[in-house]
Amino acid sequence: MKLLEYEGKEIFGAAGIPLLRRFGVLKLGDNPEALKLDGPGPWVVKAQVLAGGRGKAGGVKLAKTPAEARDLAGKMLGMRMITHQTQGKALTVQEVLVEEACAVDREMYVSVVLDRKEACPVVIASAEGGMSIEELAHSHPEKILKVAVDPEAGLLDFQARQLAFDLNIPKVNFCAFTVFAQNLVKVFMNCDASLVEVNPLAITKDGRLLALDAKIVTDDNALFRHKDQAARPDHEASEIEKEAKNIGINYIGLDGDIGCMVNGAGLAMATLDTVKMAGGDAANFLDVGGGATVEQITRAFQIILKDAKVKAVLVNIFGGIMKCDNIASGVVEASKNVKINVPLIVRLEGTNVKEGREILARSGLKLQQAGSLWEAAQKAVAAAK
Amino acid sequence: MSILLNKKTKLLVHGFTGAQGSFHAQQCLDYGSAVVGGVTPGKGGTRHLGLPVFNTARDAVKATGANASLIFVPPPFAADSILEAAAAGIAVIICITEGIPVLDMVRVKKRLNAMRAAGGAVALVGPNCPGVITPGECKAGIMPGYIHKKGCVGVVSRSGTLTYEAVWQVTSQGLGQSTVVGIGGDPVQGLNFVDTLRLFQADKQTEAVIMIGEIGGAAEEDAARYIKAEMTKPVFCFVAGKTAPPGRRMGHAGAIVEGKSGTHASKVEALKKAGAVVVDNLSEIGAAVAAGIKPGTKAKAARK
Repeated sequence: MKLLEYEGKEIFGAAGIPLLRRFGVLKLGDNPEALKLDGPGPWVVKAQVLAGGRGKAGGVKLAKTPAEARDLAGKMLGMRMITHQTQGKALTVQEVLVEEACAVDREMYVSVVLDRKEACPVVIASAEGGMSIEELAHSHPEKILKVAVDPEAGLLDFQARQLAFDLNIPKVNFCAFTVFAQNLVKVFMNCDASLVEVNPLAITKDGRLLALDAKIVTDDNALFRHKDQAARPDHEASEIEKEAKNIGINYIGLDGDIGCMVNGAGLAMATLDTVKMAGGDAANFLDVGGGATVEQITRAFQIILKDAKVKAVLVNIFGGIMKCDNIASGVVEASKNVKINVPLIVRLEGTNVKEGREILARSGLKLQQAGSLWEAAQKAVAAAK
Repeated sequence: MSILLNKKTKLLVHGFTGAQGSFHAQQCLDYGSAVVGGVTPGKGGTRHLGLPVFNTARDAVKATGANASLIFVPPPFAADSILEAAAAGIAVIICITEGIPVLDMVRVKKRLNAMRAAGGAVALVGPNCPGVITPGECKAGIMPGYIHKKGCVGVVSRSGTLTYEAVWQVTSQGLGQSTVVGIGGDPVQGLNFVDTLRLFQADKQTEAVIMIGEIGGAAEEDAARYIKAEMTKPVFCFVAGKTAPPGRRMGHAGAIVEGKSGTHASKVEALKKAGAVVVDNLSEIGAAVAAGIKPGTKAKAARK
């Protein structure tokens, strides 16, 4: 799950990572006048969206007076933002964070990610922060530092020192940096994160070392031992996706018009690819899981058909754990509960496939059966036209 | 020959008395696998599916001589079961469980690596995988047994149902499989593509390999380097997720394009450059293998 900046900063604050003073978070519908701002200012108003490149898209603004900060916050809420990370789609700003502004002297990049190949966390740092680390990794790979972390011992003292020297951290900030780096790794481990990123980590003109941004992505598999995280709203998932998740169905909405119901994530991905190859576009990724019941299939149909774009539904099931006759009964049963008023194409293969195909053929349902995935995809594309 | 499992495999099931464990242990027995018992803490001394239940893996190994483990234990406890099996001296550990926290697997890998460095022979397959099957000899997993047929094609895959699809096509072509290995869809796992390809390369029964990859990570790129450098057997590939949107986790925890890494294009390009055959259309992989296996080999005999 991806956390918003202010959620990440709450976790950072509790872990002793140095931050700017925060004055509050406004949600869409809140009155900006309620914002209590004190101190000399200036303040910075930041859109809380799950995408990098906010600054360029007008999602980070400086305010010299409290009135200006409230005005900016009010205007930013509800604003639609497109950044280089949103794939051309606009995100609506639901929340804004208002915090103290600072004059930055130096910006660096520090993150902790999982190195899949080495199977360990790794600290990635660069003396050049504030920009896209991916671009830097591409153009100047030598400017990227990497330190492998032992999952039990955390970042060792000498490793933190090495990083500090390699980043040319000034003497006055040296200890603050080593403590920061070790704490950042602790946040990664304690949250069961897959990414913890500070971009930029700044040294201010008045000599403070501060994490100006916070990005945390947590491992959904570990939510059972993080009740606080599990209780947070998922900002990335759409309403349909959340509903699907609640009933144990893995659903991701896409832009096309062919609804897909598949068992297994890999086969579901391959089904989307095959639909594309047949000249169509899938409306969703949907994995009904291995042990799906009649009820589960009914719900999967309900979820697919909630998307008004759907012009045909393609069911592709390879029965292993889930037997084809059960799937077929599920399809028949579901069609009694859900009004399926778009063409339905079903491709079954695997355990009890004969029985499954017979159940479908005898059901009197208006559906087309297909022998292979390729045939099914072609039929679905033709039906959606 | 085959890899990982054969007729001599004695299979121990962890999470034996649970719903999943019971169902699939029975399926493995029905296939003809030598399941010798199970582990469920607190139920030691009882019998289940006509087989003994043990409190610990150590007791089970002592009593039965089990040499492979099949794990169905729920996610919060599965990493511990893997380590328990390894500590009991089990050589092949297959973990089916889906949803194990990644950092748990990081800790497991660290310990297994240390055991191997100290001379221990332990191989982990999975987690979040369909398991391993050597057709006609031993099925240790949740795959439907009947789609398989003994033969010369090795199959290795990150996905479950996608593997079944490929296996079924191979069988429908009149060919069969030496061993089918589901390495799983998690970011941190036991055997990877390179480890499995190396086993297939050394296996006499295997004449060609199907490798089913997907977006995310760099395992396919690593495999491409190995194929180019050391593989003499033909490799046929499919990579799922060409149309997946970046930044979204496509079901499998490991199937995510992060920034510019893990893309479909990069994997396909690397594999093609390494000399592997990459099919764009999944429905064509069986035919591609049938066409690509050199005539005059055992494959021809199998087709009759």
